Amino acid sequence: MKGTASTATRVLGFSALVTLVGTVVLGLWTTPPDVVQGELVRFIYIHPPVATMGEVAFGVTALASALYLWPRTRARRWDLLAGVSAEVGVVFAALTLVTGSIWGRPTWGVWWTWDARLTATALLLALFLGYLALRRVPGEPASRATRSAIGGLVAAVDVPIVHYSVNWWRTLHQGSTLFRRKPLIHGVQLEAMLLGFVAFALLYAWLVVHRYRVEEMATEIEDRGFEAALAERRAEAGEVLVEAAR
Amino acid sequence: MWRDALLVAGKDLRIERRSRVTTNQVAPFAVVVLVLFAFALDPDRGVLTRAAAGLFWVAVLFCAVLAVQRSFTVEAADGARDGLRLSGIDPAGVFLGKAGAVAVQLVALEALLTAGVVLLYGADLKGGAVLLATCVTATVGLAAAGTVYGVLSAGLRVRETLLPLLLLPVAAPVLLSATRAWEVALGTGGGGDGAAPWLRLLVVFAVVYVAFGVVAFGALLEEA
Repeated sequence: MKGTASTATRVLGFSALVTLVGTVVLGLWTTPPDVVQGELVRFIYIHPPVATMGEVAFGVTALASALYLWPRTRARRWDLLAGVSAEVGVVFAALTLVTGSIWGRPTWGVWWTWDARLTATALLLALFLGYLALRRVPGEPASRATRSAIGGLVAAVDVPIVHYSVNWWRTLHQGSTLFRRKPLIHGVQLEAMLLGFVAFALLYAWLVVHRYRVEEMATEIEDRGFEAALAERRAEAGEVLVEAAR
Repeated sequence: MWRDALLVAGKDLRIERRSRVTTNQVAPFAVVVLVLFAFALDPDRGVLTRAAAGLFWVAVLFCAVLAVQRSFTVEAADGARDGLRLSGIDPAGVFLGKAGAVAVQLVALEALLTAGVVLLYGADLKGGAVLLATCVTATVGLAAAGTVYGVLSAGLRVRETLLPLLLLPVAAPVLLSATRAWEVALGTGGGGDGAAPWLRLLVVFAVVYVAFGVVAFGALLEEA
């Protein structure tokens, strides 16, 4: 029975777990509440890291898509990487919106506000949900990969345009009165936040590696199933021939 | 390339003229959308007049999805896409032609919708130059991005549901920019820096997606 884990991924997974637990301990107990935000400041140890890793994930998807389309570097692994990174990225982007909403409700008094960053993140999520939907359309692997890679790039090209448009939209009309600058951070709070970044980066890597291996195995099963079916047909044809010879 | 583009655009527009799908189905749909907005919002004219720019562009976006859908449905039957591939026409020309035909239909629909917002929402058409420039740049961008996604989802069994999901988020900046520019022109928005930055963004969007389509369309046509 072949699994998706190896010594390296076990170490990776374990480090992710340890740093996550460390972030929780530092974030919930060691660090003091904030003067302005009180206990709510503890969101800063997970929300920015999750958001950043979501963006990194989509960056990886765009890069892998480009590498797949470039004839010299065209390889199946880039297609797989683009897909799995987008999947993990969607989870992280969704978590960004969820944690942001939970923090926004007591801080701003609303679950959602049409702030530039929130809007851009939501659109990013929608773009990559579309990308995943495109990937899930069945088809011949090579053409599906090309289609997905181009789809991924079209979406990625849109990201800076979305960014500028929502920024102007919300800043031309009114200043971000709701979006207060985060309190300057230092000491143990800074350490907790940095640990959060490390933890979620490790978690992202761990998820991507495992998801990638699952995809690889799925392809392998498909190939094997095809070969088995082929062998069966051949055996049947052989029997028929033997009988005919008799 | 340009000659090929004209050929393809001419073919698409000829099909539309004869089948009358745009005039008999998409155009009435656009008007229905305008009426539905009036039901959804308080038909108190104040709200509709203030929101006219945004509603206009949402209606355009919906029409763009339909027009793109239609543009690739006509290629689906009778192996027309294989014919297109084998015809020796430059793929960039095919892209420009199909996007051009979609753009022409969208401009016609926009003219209709403009009349609609004036008549139904009581919008006051001021700043004609800005309105026109917005329409041209936004339409080029929408048609280009729409055609890229149209061929991307063409030939897939789920294309009817996939295309809106792919196209609408990508087109969101167009909706945003075009609406702001129109608001500035109509005097219903908050002014700000005027329409210029929005028009620039629309131009960037159009240039990016036209360039993308010209480069990538060959590969997409092969895979479709």
